[in-house]
Amino acid sequence: MDNEELKIKMIKSLEERVGPDIQKKFLNARVAICGLGGLGSNVAISLARAGVGYLHIIDFDEVDISNLNRQQYFPEQLGMKKTEALSDTLRRIAPYTTVKAECVKINDENAAILLKDVDIICEAFDDAVNKAMLVEQVLVHFPEKYIVSGSGMAGFGSANLIKTTRRLGKLYVCGDNESDVNDDIGLISSRVMACAAHEANMILRLILGETEC
Amino acid sequence: MVKINGQEFDCAGQSISKMLEEQGYNAPKVAVEVNFSIVPKANFEEYILKDGDSVEVVHFVGGG
Repeated sequence: MDNEELKIKMIKSLEERVGPDIQKKFLNARVAICGLGGLGSNVAISLARAGVGYLHIIDFDEVDISNLNRQQYFPEQLGMKKTEALSDTLRRIAPYTTVKAECVKINDENAAILLKDVDIICEAFDDAVNKAMLVEQVLVHFPEKYIVSGSGMAGFGSANLIKTTRRLGKLYVCGDNESDVNDDIGLISSRVMACAAHEANMILRLILGETEC
Repeated sequence: MVKINGQEFDCAGQSISKMLEEQGYNAPKVAVEVNFSIVPKANFEEYILKDGDSVEVVHFVGGG
């Protein structure tokens, strides 16, 4: 089966599961993922598997051995740019998804330029100051866009403490809002993935026009 | 009185910076909305809260 034929079959299969109307909305959706670590790499894969048609993935970093405990990279990708490594994985998982990859550090000067091409933004940074910066930039520059953020998923606490809440108009925050990686409690794959799944799920709901958490 | 995350506090006349400090927030790690409008961090010092304002403070913790 050639690539085009495979794409058509995969989309058809997705349509059979959720119906063509929902699948069309996913395929037409445009989402940016800011930060491709434990949250971002998992969110990207969830959205691609669901059939989201356009993903703008952004990170400045390279795959490090310390990432492999929770981030969706492989040992043979060590040293690669995360944007390149994840683009390759997404292409293999979801050939129907268009991936725009940018290897750049997002800051308060470039955020508004980088994020013009999407309707929904996933904040998936590691650092709390950067999380607050991106949320501010999106809410100031793009009052029409949604931003879904992750905050509080470190340690071994109950996964039941991780939840999605709507804050500040078009901001949704996923996490337990408390457990901080800087408290030396580490980051474990299952809990980070639970938080990433909350983010991905909220994004898919927003694509469908569902604004309740 | 000023409503902060749904609770009333006697902080009318204070700047957002001062209010955050008193409430124990770390200003670089928060996003603040006053009366449903986002206030950029650059304005935290000069923005004075008024009686009846409704403030939402979202604080972020590290990890991802």
